[in-house]
Amino acid sequence: MKQGNTLSDRINNSLGKAQNRQNFRSAMSGLMEKRAAQFPDDEKLAKLRDRGREIRANSLRNLPYLLIELEKTLTENGIQVHWANNSFEANQIIVCLLQQNDAKSVVKGKSMVSEEIELNSFLEGHGISVLESDLGEFIIQLADETPSHIIMPAIHKTKKEIAELLHEHFPELPYTEDVDQLTQSARKILRNKFNQADAGISGVNFAVAETGTLCLVENEGNGGMSSTVPPLHIAITGIEKVVEKLADVPPLLNLLTKSATGQTITTYFNMISRPRQPGEKDGPEAVHLVLLDNGRSKIYGNSSLQEILHCIRCGSCINHCPVYVQLGGHAYGTVYPGPIGCALEPMRLGINKVGGLTSLCTLCGACEQVCPVQIPLPKLINRLRAESVLRRADYTSLIGAGSMRKPLESWGWRIWKWIYRNPAIYRVFSLIVTRTRELIPARMGRWARYRFNPKPARRTMHELAREAGFDNE
Amino acid sequence: MSRAREQILSALQQYSENGGYRGIVKTPKEEGLSKEDRVARITQMMEAVHGEVHRLLDREWMKWINTELPKRGYKHILVGSGDIGKIVNVEAMDSLQIHSYTAEIEEWKDQLFNQVDVSITSTRGGIASTGSLVIWPTSAEPRLMYFVPPVHVALLNAEDIFESFEQMVIEQKWSKEMPTNSLLVSGPSKTADIQQVLAYGVHGPKQLVVLILG
Amino acid sequence: MGKPSEIYFMATCLADLFYPKVGIAGMRLIQREGIRVVFPQNQTCCGQPAYNSGYRAEALDVARSLMSCFPKDIPIVVPSGSCAGMIRHQWPELFHGQPDAQNALNVSKRTYELTQFLVDQVEIELDDLGPSITVAIHTSCSSRNEMKVASHIESLVSQMKNVTVVEQERKAECCGFGGSFAIKQAEISGAMVKDKTDAIGKTEASKLVSQDCGCLMNIGGALRKQKRTIEVQHIAEFLWDRVYETG
Repeated sequence: MKQGNTLSDRINNSLGKAQNRQNFRSAMSGLMEKRAAQFPDDEKLAKLRDRGREIRANSLRNLPYLLIELEKTLTENGIQVHWANNSFEANQIIVCLLQQNDAKSVVKGKSMVSEEIELNSFLEGHGISVLESDLGEFIIQLADETPSHIIMPAIHKTKKEIAELLHEHFPELPYTEDVDQLTQSARKILRNKFNQADAGISGVNFAVAETGTLCLVENEGNGGMSSTVPPLHIAITGIEKVVEKLADVPPLLNLLTKSATGQTITTYFNMISRPRQPGEKDGPEAVHLVLLDNGRSKIYGNSSLQEILHCIRCGSCINHCPVYVQLGGHAYGTVYPGPIGCALEPMRLGINKVGGLTSLCTLCGACEQVCPVQIPLPKLINRLRAESVLRRADYTSLIGAGSMRKPLESWGWRIWKWIYRNPAIYRVFSLIVTRTRELIPARMGRWARYRFNPKPARRTMHELAREAGFDNE
Repeated sequence: MSRAREQILSALQQYSENGGYRGIVKTPKEEGLSKEDRVARITQMMEAVHGEVHRLLDREWMKWINTELPKRGYKHILVGSGDIGKIVNVEAMDSLQIHSYTAEIEEWKDQLFNQVDVSITSTRGGIASTGSLVIWPTSAEPRLMYFVPPVHVALLNAEDIFESFEQMVIEQKWSKEMPTNSLLVSGPSKTADIQQVLAYGVHGPKQLVVLILG
Repeated sequence: MGKPSEIYFMATCLADLFYPKVGIAGMRLIQREGIRVVFPQNQTCCGQPAYNSGYRAEALDVARSLMSCFPKDIPIVVPSGSCAGMIRHQWPELFHGQPDAQNALNVSKRTYELTQFLVDQVEIELDDLGPSITVAIHTSCSSRNEMKVASHIESLVSQMKNVTVVEQERKAECCGFGGSFAIKQAEISGAMVKDKTDAIGKTEASKLVSQDCGCLMNIGGALRKQKRTIEVQHIAEFLWDRVYETG
C-alpha cells in the first residue's frame, strides 16, 4: 500500500492532474495502435491466443508438479532454489544471500514481484544500497515514487520533469531536455554502478521446468547486465510463472512483446540456465531463484478465480482500460493497476483491504478482448464483487469476503428484487414511476453532476405494447 | 526455508488436477521461406529496429572491418578467442587496437566498460520473423561481449537463418541441452521510458551491425 | 436457424420506463417481416443491475421470474447488447448449480440482440425514406465485446442511402456508463463521458445512434447538460422512423 489516503482521495487527486492525464492518454493511444499493427490478421491472432491460453492453462493444471520439476532441473544446473510463503520470507532469503556474500550494493533489473515485496526499502533498511537499472525504474527511484504502469513505470512523467529530476540528483551533468542526451547521461551513471555492483537482482518472465531455464524479456540490456556482471545473481518470481516445456516459450514470448509494447520482439531475450561454468570468463558465480507464493496458492485453490494466474504481465489490459487512461496507475494504490490489478490485488491482499478496486471497472470488456491468454477479467472482477458482498463466507471464500456488504445497499437490492421478481408489483411500481415523471428532478444526485437525469416516459412499454395489440403469449 | 516449500506445494497439490499435458493447439505452419527470403526478411526486420545490415561474401567481412571501423573513428576492438578473433588479430590494420577476451572479467572489468569501442562476434544463427540474432555465448566469446561495448558487429551465416524462434528451438532440439546462457538480440539497446520517445544505447550497444555472410 | 415465424420480445427495464418507443419500433420492424411478435406482459428485468453489483441471489430471483416468460422454444429478441449479453453469456454462470440451470442455458442460447437478429436471422432489407442526415454510431461495449455484434448496427445503418456515417475518435472506448459505475465512481464516469461527448462533438454528426439505451442515457444526458445540439437515438427507433411509410 502506498500514496496514503483513501481510494476516492487518490481518484480525485489523479483526475485533477491535467498534464498527467494527457500523458496517459497519448501513451495509451500509441500503445493500442502499436499492438493493433502487430496483429493485422484476426484469425492468426485468435489461434495464437488459443495457444497462449492453452500453454498457461497446462502450466496451472500441473503447477505443483512443474514446480518440483523446475526445482530439480535448476538444482541440477547449479541454480539454487528458495521458496517463500510471503514478502517477509522472500526479503529474508534475499538479505541472507546478500549478507553471506558480503554484498553491499545491488543493481536491479525490472521486477514487479520485487515491487510486490517492497524489496528495495527492506534492503536499504539493512544497509544495502539498491539501484534500479531499468531507466523507467531508475527515474521513479530518484523521484521516490512507485511505478504507475507495470511495463512503463515512469509513463506519468514528462521529459521536462525527468530532466529536472536528473539535474537535481546529478548536478555535474549538463541540464538537457533532449531524450537522447538524457538517456546517455543515465547510461554513464548506471554503467559505473554495474561495474561496481556486488549482486544483481532481476525478475523472471518464464521459468522453464523442462530445462531449468530462467527467461528475461527486456529492451535496454540492463537485465542481461545485472544477471551477468556482478558475481551473484538473484532472480525472484511468482510461483505461477513456470511453463512446462522450452517449446512453450516462443509463442508466449511472441504474444507478450506484441501485446505489451507492440514490438515484434524486444531487443533482448535472455535465457539463463546455469551460473558461470569452469573455463567461462564471465557470468555470476552463483545464481539463485526465489519462488514467491504471497497469496497465489490461495487463489489457486479457488477454481472460479484461478484463471488470473494465467497472466504473463504484458500490461495490455492496462493499456486498453478506459478507466486506467483517466486515472493512471497511482490512483489504484496497489502494485498492479488497471484491470489486472482490480482482479488480482483483492484476491492477493484481501477484499477488506483493497476490495474497492473492483469498482474501478465499467465491465466494458476491452481488457478481455486483448488479453493474450484470454483471461476473462470482467467476469473475474464481477465475481469479486459478488465475493465482496457475500452474506455468509465459507472456507473457500477470499480474505475479507463479505466485508463490503453495507446494510443500506443490501436492503436496496432486496427491495429491488421484491419489485422486479413480481410482475404485479412491478406493474404498480412502473405506473407510479411514469405517472410521477414530472416530479423527478433533472439535476439531482451524483448522476446529474455531469448529465441531466433521464425523465421516465409517459407510459411504459408494457402499456404501449398492449395497446398496439402485441400478443402476451 | 524448506517449510515454505512444503506449505506451498501441499496447498497447490490439494487443488491441482494433474490432468497431464493435454496437448497444445497445433503449431502454426511456417511459411516455408527460401534462404533468400529469409535473408530479406531478417534484413527488413533488423533495419526496422535500427539495426545496420550488410550482405557480404564469406571472406569480405574482414575487409569491411578494416575499412569501416577506422572510417567511423573506432579504435579499440574486442574479439574472442575463436576463429573470428584469430582472423582479426592477424588481419586487422595497424590503426585498430585489438583486445582479446582471454582473461576472466574480474581482471579487466574497467577496461571493458570504459575503453572498448566495438566487439566483433559470431552468432549461432538468426530468426527471420523477428529480426533476431541467436547467440549462445561460449568461453571463447563470453556473454558481456554482447552487452557492454557501444558497438556490436555480429557475423551471421545466411545458412543459419531460421524462419521462427519456435522452428529453431524444435529443429535444433534445444531442450536436450541448454547452454549456460543463450540470448536473442534484435537491434541495439533501446528504451522508451522517457515520454515514450525511443532512444538507443541506454545500457547495451548503441549500434548493432549485422554482417550476413554467404 | 434462419427466419423464425414467431419471437419473444424482451423490453428491458430501462426501455420499459424511459424509452418505450424503442421497444415498439423494434417490434414493428420485426413484425413487418411477417414474424409474429409476442410481448410477455409479465417480463421485468434480466437481473443485470444486481448481478453487476455483486448481489447474485437477488439477480437470480429476478432472472428466474423473467425466464418463466419464455416457455416456448422460439427466439428472444432484446433491443440492447447489454441485456442480451446478460442473458446469453451471464445467465449460465448465474444459474450454475441451480435446478433450472439447463433451462437457463436453453433460454440463453435463443437470445439475440435486436440488430443481430435483424441482420443474421431475418436478413432484413430496408428502404430509406428519410431525409439526408449525418450520424455517428456508438457501438456499446457489450454489443461489441460480449455479443460481437458491432458490425450489425453498422450494416443496418449502411442500408440507409440518405444517411452519411462519420466516425468519432476512439469510437470503441467505453462511454463511462457501466450501470452502477456511473453512480459509484461518478467522477471517473464524468471524465469518461466528457471525453466521449467531446469526440462526438468534433464530428459533423447531428445524431448519435446506438444499440443500447444505457449508453444513450449517459451520452445523451451529458450532451444536453453541455448544451450541445446533437440528438441521440436508439437504432430501432432510428430505423423505424426512416422506413415507415405513412398511409
